[in-house]
Amino acid sequence: MKGGWLKVYALAYLLFLYAPIIILPLFAFNDATIIAFPLTGFSTRWFTKMMEEPTLAIALKNSLFIAVTSSVCATVLGICAARASTRYRFPARGGLMGLIMLPLVLPDIMVAISLLVVLLGLGVHLSLWTVILGHVLVCTPFTIAILTSAFQTLDRSLEEAAYDLGETAASTFRLIILPLVMPGVISSLLIAFTISLDEFIIAFFLAGTEPTLPVYIFSQFRFPMAVPAIMALGTVLVCASVVLLAIAEYFRRRGIAKQGGKDTGGFL
Amino acid sequence: MTETMTNATPMIAFQDVQKYYGTYHALRGITAEIRAGEFFSLLGPSGCGKTTLLRTIAGFEEISSGAVMIDGRNMEGVAPNRRPTNMVFQSYAIFPHLTVGENVGFGLRKAGLAKPELAARVAAALEMVGLAGYGARAAHALSGGQRQRVALARALILKPKVLLLDEPLSALDKKLREQMQVELIRLQRQVGITFILVTHDQEEALVMSDRVAVMFEGSIAQLADPETLYRKPASRKVAEFIGTMNFLPATILSEQGGRVEAEAPGLGRLSLSPDQVSGAAAEGVSLGFRPETLTMLFEGQVAEGMAERESEGTVEEVVYFGDMTYYDVRLDGTEKAIRISMRNVFGRPVLEIGARTRVAWSPGAMVLFR
Repeated sequence: MKGGWLKVYALAYLLFLYAPIIILPLFAFNDATIIAFPLTGFSTRWFTKMMEEPTLAIALKNSLFIAVTSSVCATVLGICAARASTRYRFPARGGLMGLIMLPLVLPDIMVAISLLVVLLGLGVHLSLWTVILGHVLVCTPFTIAILTSAFQTLDRSLEEAAYDLGETAASTFRLIILPLVMPGVISSLLIAFTISLDEFIIAFFLAGTEPTLPVYIFSQFRFPMAVPAIMALGTVLVCASVVLLAIAEYFRRRGIAKQGGKDTGGFL
Repeated sequence: MTETMTNATPMIAFQDVQKYYGTYHALRGITAEIRAGEFFSLLGPSGCGKTTLLRTIAGFEEISSGAVMIDGRNMEGVAPNRRPTNMVFQSYAIFPHLTVGENVGFGLRKAGLAKPELAARVAAALEMVGLAGYGARAAHALSGGQRQRVALARALILKPKVLLLDEPLSALDKKLREQMQVELIRLQRQVGITFILVTHDQEEALVMSDRVAVMFEGSIAQLADPETLYRKPASRKVAEFIGTMNFLPATILSEQGGRVEAEAPGLGRLSLSPDQVSGAAAEGVSLGFRPETLTMLFEGQVAEGMAERESEGTVEEVVYFGDMTYYDVRLDGTEKAIRISMRNVFGRPVLEIGARTRVAWSPGAMVLFR
């Protein structure tokens, strides 16, 4: 049987990848406090418990606020950097872009510790804003990478044509460039949002007294009683991610179809 | 007096235009004038500066020194969106996220027209380029030829003083290209706007233009109407770029009042009038002539008309094209074969390699490069 082992390998790989995630809803709907087989019965009480947890609501709100703000900031910065690096030539462009991309490979814990040292040294009070600062720092290299490829595929003469037809630099950007790089902007927002939402180390160091969702989850894992509710939370988050991804993919495909481009890559 | 002055103002005037990219000298002192209502071509090999020169008119390239005047006005510091020019880009630059109609009407956005008037003008522009009824279509669904038409309509709808065309036909296949050449000429006559075309295709330039500037290495080598360009190239380089030209080494025997007596192996002595003598040739003195100005005589045929001289030679190569046959013939006493093109009229035999032939020619069709 040709390729038989390859199929086995592929199946084993998928199982390894998704089995832990399937465990989440399994125990979220299981009517027992202990995370162990055999399952004891169907229940939605962990979801109810999750909903009633006030700290969780605060952590979720904090995380969403941080994720939205940092993804928007990182994407705006990414647009500026991508535009500059693809459109203009300036001294030390290569070196500068390299420095901007460096946080991509820097250990997050080092970034977190140095930021903490600097912020405390400056006398800055730790808050959600310091977390946002850290998240923008780690998200921006990703947004730049995504947006640079979007800006690179843009035909320069489209801009020139709009300029030639009487538009200013600003209106050309708004009417031509932005709509054409929009799929890239949406991807960038989405990626930055996801990175920020589940980022733990920086949030742990810089959050001060206000927990984010990953920090809250980590803190709850010490209490066995709280674990099933965390499973329920995880189930909700996985569902939300799938829905979010599907929406983003829908917009991306629609954008490509609208412009008659060829579909290369994407998520789904 | 004032009237004549206004009429004499060129639409475009280049005054010693220099352009440097760092140390690279892209435009080397361009001085030329383009008349209003003219179909003008910038012709040259890639890298000769023709596109750069076109872009200095549009305002996309700043010049290092000199001046570009449009309709008597110095364009220094005038941005592309404030110049009375519009451009058809090589890639057409059709906005892919807009419809055909939105593309064509894009430049009118700022004019603040009422919707019905805008629609009417867009429809009229589309009709002018033969795309009536295409307004609602998505721009990305168009073919190459249709994109080109949309780009033309989009540029012409603003009624610019000058339309700039950057190699607009290079992306089309041969048949469509020839069709668009004819349509562009018709369109230019219809709207009466000055057209400036950049092309590397000498045939295209000859077919379409009132006048052509041939450019090499950032300079204009010759600026003339197509016939002059073809008949009397200013240099061997221009002659070699436009069509095919044969060259035979020659020596000048004497000069009197501009008339030159010359001698060339294979041709003998001949006398040339002053307007048959052209510019400098680095390779020394040579006689140039086009393949179609010679006639290969068949057995017993007598040279007619203006071909009053005869030479003999041997056929070295035959290329059969159906309506034409190209021969490479080495004239007796010469080292290099010359190209002769003959129409395959009824009754004319196609010669074979090695055949002896008589060639009739006229000194009047020759140009002396010195």
